[in-house]
Amino acid sequence: MISLQARAEPSKLMGVCAPLIALLVTLLAGLLLFAILGVPIGQAFYAFFIEPVSSLYGLSELGVKAAPLIMIAVALSIGFRANVWNIGAEGQLILGGVCGGAVALYFYEVDAWYVLPLMTLAGILGGMLWAAIPALLRTQFNANEILTSLMLTYVAALLLSMLVHGQLRDPDGFNFPESRLFHAAATLPIIMDGTRLHIGAVVALLLVVVAWVLLSRTLLGFALRVNGNAPRAGLYAGFAQKRLVWFSLLFCGAAAGCAGLFEVAGPIGQLLPTISPGYGFTAIIVAFLGRLHPVGVVFAGLVMALSYLGGESAQISLNLPVAVTGVFQGMLLFFLLAADVLINYRVVWRKRPQANSGASL
Amino acid sequence: MTFNPEITLLIALTVISAATPLVFAAIGELVVEKSGVLNLGVEGMMLAGAVSGFAVAHFSGSAFLGVLAGVLAGMALALVFAFLTLHLRASQVATGLALTIFGIGLSALVGQSLIGVAYSGMPTYAIPVLADIAYIGPLFFQHDLLVYGSIVLVVAVSLFLKHTRAGLIVKAVGDSPEAAHALGYSVLRVRYLAVLFGGACAGLAGCYLSMAYAPMWVESMSAGRGWIALALVVFATWQPGRLLFGAYLFGGITILQLHAQAIGINVPSQLMSMLPYLATIFVLVLISSDSGRIRKNAPASIGQAFHPIK
Amino acid sequence: MTTQTNSHETALVEMQGITKSYPGTLANDAIDLQIYSGQIHALLGENGAGKSTLVKILYGLLQVDAGSIAWQGQPVSIDSPAQARALGIALVFQHFSLFDSLTVIENIALGMAVDANKELHQKIIDVSSRYGLLLDPDRDVYSLSVGQRQRIEIVRCLLQSPKLLIMDEPTSVLTPQEVDELFVTLRRLADEGMAILYISHKLNEIKTLCSEATILRDGKRVATADPARQSVNSLAALMMGNEVASVTRAKRTPSSDIKLQLSGVSLKAKEQHGVALKKLKLSISAGEIVGIAGVAGNGQDELMQVISGEAKLPNAKKLTINNQAVGKLSPGERRALGLCCVPEERLGHASVPGMTLSENAFLTAHHRISLRTAGFISNGKSARFTNQVIEQFNVHCNGPQSLAASLSGGNLQKFIVGREIEQQPSVFVVSQPTWGVDAGAAALIHQSIQAMAQLGAAVLVISQDLDELMLITDRIAALCAGRLSQVYPTRDVSLQQLGTLMGGASIEAGAVA
Repeated sequence: MISLQARAEPSKLMGVCAPLIALLVTLLAGLLLFAILGVPIGQAFYAFFIEPVSSLYGLSELGVKAAPLIMIAVALSIGFRANVWNIGAEGQLILGGVCGGAVALYFYEVDAWYVLPLMTLAGILGGMLWAAIPALLRTQFNANEILTSLMLTYVAALLLSMLVHGQLRDPDGFNFPESRLFHAAATLPIIMDGTRLHIGAVVALLLVVVAWVLLSRTLLGFALRVNGNAPRAGLYAGFAQKRLVWFSLLFCGAAAGCAGLFEVAGPIGQLLPTISPGYGFTAIIVAFLGRLHPVGVVFAGLVMALSYLGGESAQISLNLPVAVTGVFQGMLLFFLLAADVLINYRVVWRKRPQANSGASL
Repeated sequence: MTFNPEITLLIALTVISAATPLVFAAIGELVVEKSGVLNLGVEGMMLAGAVSGFAVAHFSGSAFLGVLAGVLAGMALALVFAFLTLHLRASQVATGLALTIFGIGLSALVGQSLIGVAYSGMPTYAIPVLADIAYIGPLFFQHDLLVYGSIVLVVAVSLFLKHTRAGLIVKAVGDSPEAAHALGYSVLRVRYLAVLFGGACAGLAGCYLSMAYAPMWVESMSAGRGWIALALVVFATWQPGRLLFGAYLFGGITILQLHAQAIGINVPSQLMSMLPYLATIFVLVLISSDSGRIRKNAPASIGQAFHPIK
Repeated sequence: MTTQTNSHETALVEMQGITKSYPGTLANDAIDLQIYSGQIHALLGENGAGKSTLVKILYGLLQVDAGSIAWQGQPVSIDSPAQARALGIALVFQHFSLFDSLTVIENIALGMAVDANKELHQKIIDVSSRYGLLLDPDRDVYSLSVGQRQRIEIVRCLLQSPKLLIMDEPTSVLTPQEVDELFVTLRRLADEGMAILYISHKLNEIKTLCSEATILRDGKRVATADPARQSVNSLAALMMGNEVASVTRAKRTPSSDIKLQLSGVSLKAKEQHGVALKKLKLSISAGEIVGIAGVAGNGQDELMQVISGEAKLPNAKKLTINNQAVGKLSPGERRALGLCCVPEERLGHASVPGMTLSENAFLTAHHRISLRTAGFISNGKSARFTNQVIEQFNVHCNGPQSLAASLSGGNLQKFIVGREIEQQPSVFVVSQPTWGVDAGAAALIHQSIQAMAQLGAAVLVISQDLDELMLITDRIAALCAGRLSQVYPTRDVSLQQLGTLMGGASIEAGAVA
């Protein structure tokens, strides 16, 4: 009979191994899933994991998908560490895209150096505004930020839809619900010719470094970690909890808003009813997969980006529905949570169930 | 605007059908939270129930089998959640989110071939004599079994929690799992059962959506109702009676946007569609800021993993 | 030396050779214990002596590795609490198993696994009035005081008509008057033939109440004695062996330099079961140690929060440090002014369980000690300071990188107290400094506190442990329901008078000296 025995101290080895174990098991489960769906396993494996990164263009696409994931996940992991659960990053991303996109359309055909920076600023502020709402509701009214930020995601999506069908619609666009294509000065510079890899990838990596230094070396980062670990101790140490909540949410909002702007000013190039394949939600998985550590998030972001590309590739070559991606992502998080047990507990075999030991399993 | 009884009746009926999935999902989650567990995966379990119910009903021709399938599907996902959070002591928040993402993806995958498939909907049953009363009859006494079932379920849960020993144990476990454990009650078993019940109810909610409300299968058709159900439990301060009221209130708001044009309100449909979500936020703020009420009724141990000390 | 009150009777409970071990410790080492009906039998020992383990075995929560138990002369194997209850054994835990949001009758019903019906309602009223343990079955538990909650536990046991009642450290949360009332109840129960096993480390109580005492030390039974024939000192010697750490009160002459002053501090209760502070007046001079006695739940938490800065005062001038108004300052600002404090709860409040000792040292010390380089946290400096604390306070751990949660209670307390003392504050406030801490660590902490006063700091000790306060403080007062009594020189106050103050009365109007 298997039972769990608490470890004296969390195992650092398992901290690193758990995500790897989870990846491996997800892989196996995925292959099983393919088998059930009647898809040839070898082909599916190739389409999902190998094909997307087998060319330089494929690698650049990995970067395109990974950049927003990493940006958002890095900010989310800081928030999660502080016990601030921002589930509405998707909504903040959308607001960032909307605000930045609106600025782009306002300056349509204006060829000036300041258009792109203004758009970026608007995107960041838009995301921060959307995140400020749950922050206010939590600090003033004690309302749970999980639910408020989530509800706002739906509101944001509807707002985007409304604008794209109405005020921001392309007047020469045959009534399709989409905005004008952004002009050159409102488009992100590409850093690798022949690909869609834009400057957002560089910004994402810079943000990772900033987050790393913030979390490990500054008083603010320390305060955030203490607040997430033991809020009462944070009060005792003199860290104002409300300020930490505000910072966590605004930082997330800024990162997500910026990522949203990068999406519409980069790969998408305009405003559409949907500007994200769920990056804001997937970033949550990326944050956990990356152990809430900035460097881990980079690797996790690349893995999840691969799952997006794999899903698209499998859809093309094997006619698999794109929903397979969601299944993989969900499974990965499940197995990661399960593998995490090994960090704090040891698996122990008992020869016979003992009457008294009280092991509850 | 003159009072038109037919249209009012129609609107009232749509309110009932909009409220029913919320009732199911929320009453299940209420029991789960009373036992001290926070299951954010309601959305995923609803969709699992929706697609399973629809598929089985369509292929077997039996609405009953469809509902059964939906319930089992919800319970299956709930079992995964229970195993991870109760046995492996994983974070309830993270696991619930994983459940939602997984449920959305899995249901979309399974429902691939069901998109666009027609279904006749669930049969309705008129209660004899009562259904013939003018106006009130069709409003209250001519519905499919799930609608009746939702009301019966709320009453049953209320009686269970207030007047049975098992209900008392559930509340005790949610109040202080350490004390319940010290007294010899199996905290894990109580919570497992509560979580499975929640899964069954979420599955029922999903069934209702795909088999009666729509009736059809569309990807992510719950459109956030699972999250609204979570807010409903807080709105109701974990009391079944208030939950029923809240569900109908929210159902009404959801419907309002569909009938806005009919009543002469000319606002973009998206704006109206925002109403339920904004209303949820509003209600959440109202309830949360009243810390006294929260403390008296909220299960004290909610969301925390239980580590029995040997 | 054993004395038996009823040597011709069969013992109600006879435990022989009880042995139980855990990885790394031998909790019970071949212990013998006999309890007779109508006897109040004490189980005496320090923290960690093995009392809890023995009792859990008797109550079916643990199984023995070796040894036997006989009940009324028949050998039995007690495999579960339910079985223990069926035999007639009842246990009132030290930490109550009560549900705050439920009523008294619902709590009792859950504890007895019966329905909360009219019959039970009447039974509760009967039993509670019969033994002077008044209870209203329909009250919500969260609204009850600690003493009343204990009554629920006792009534719950009595309703099952036990033959043996085990009480685990029952008086740690009671005022001296409430203790007297409890003893009256216990004596009546014993007169009616019930056997009582009374677990405690409080020697005075055992001498007053118990007719026989079994003394445990380091898992072994070292003696069985008649408390009436022993003195407190001889019992203490048996209990603690040769290492009775003796702390003598050093001679101190406090200066007239007032370091900490509360001038009528009032604060509204924040939450429903919180306690409002009412016009507290207190001044502490450099070089003196002032003690505040009080049973938990009388405002100690709130007072601590007001002093540390976790709760701000509407009028900043009511609280001064070195004559500076600090009532609205943050904890960090107060630390910079020279205040260091140690709250009651070690894990989660005074320290972060999941962080290393080094990080926990940084938690408070960075205000007074330079632990940063160019604004960034310096791990090297933190580690050096941490090592300093570890050495000075003899903290057993795996170095500065060990997690706070991995230290034993005593060692963590030494670390926390040491962390604050090493910052050389001019005002030092500590709550429950040696709660749950072994005798060696307690002695070290007491010595350090006295050394601080010697060096000129103003010290405030808030504690439930009256012996501790009598030992190290110069002046003493009591906190009751948010009100502070008059402050007296410690040598002028007896334990009984202190109890009166803790009960809210004044000495002149109250009990006999």
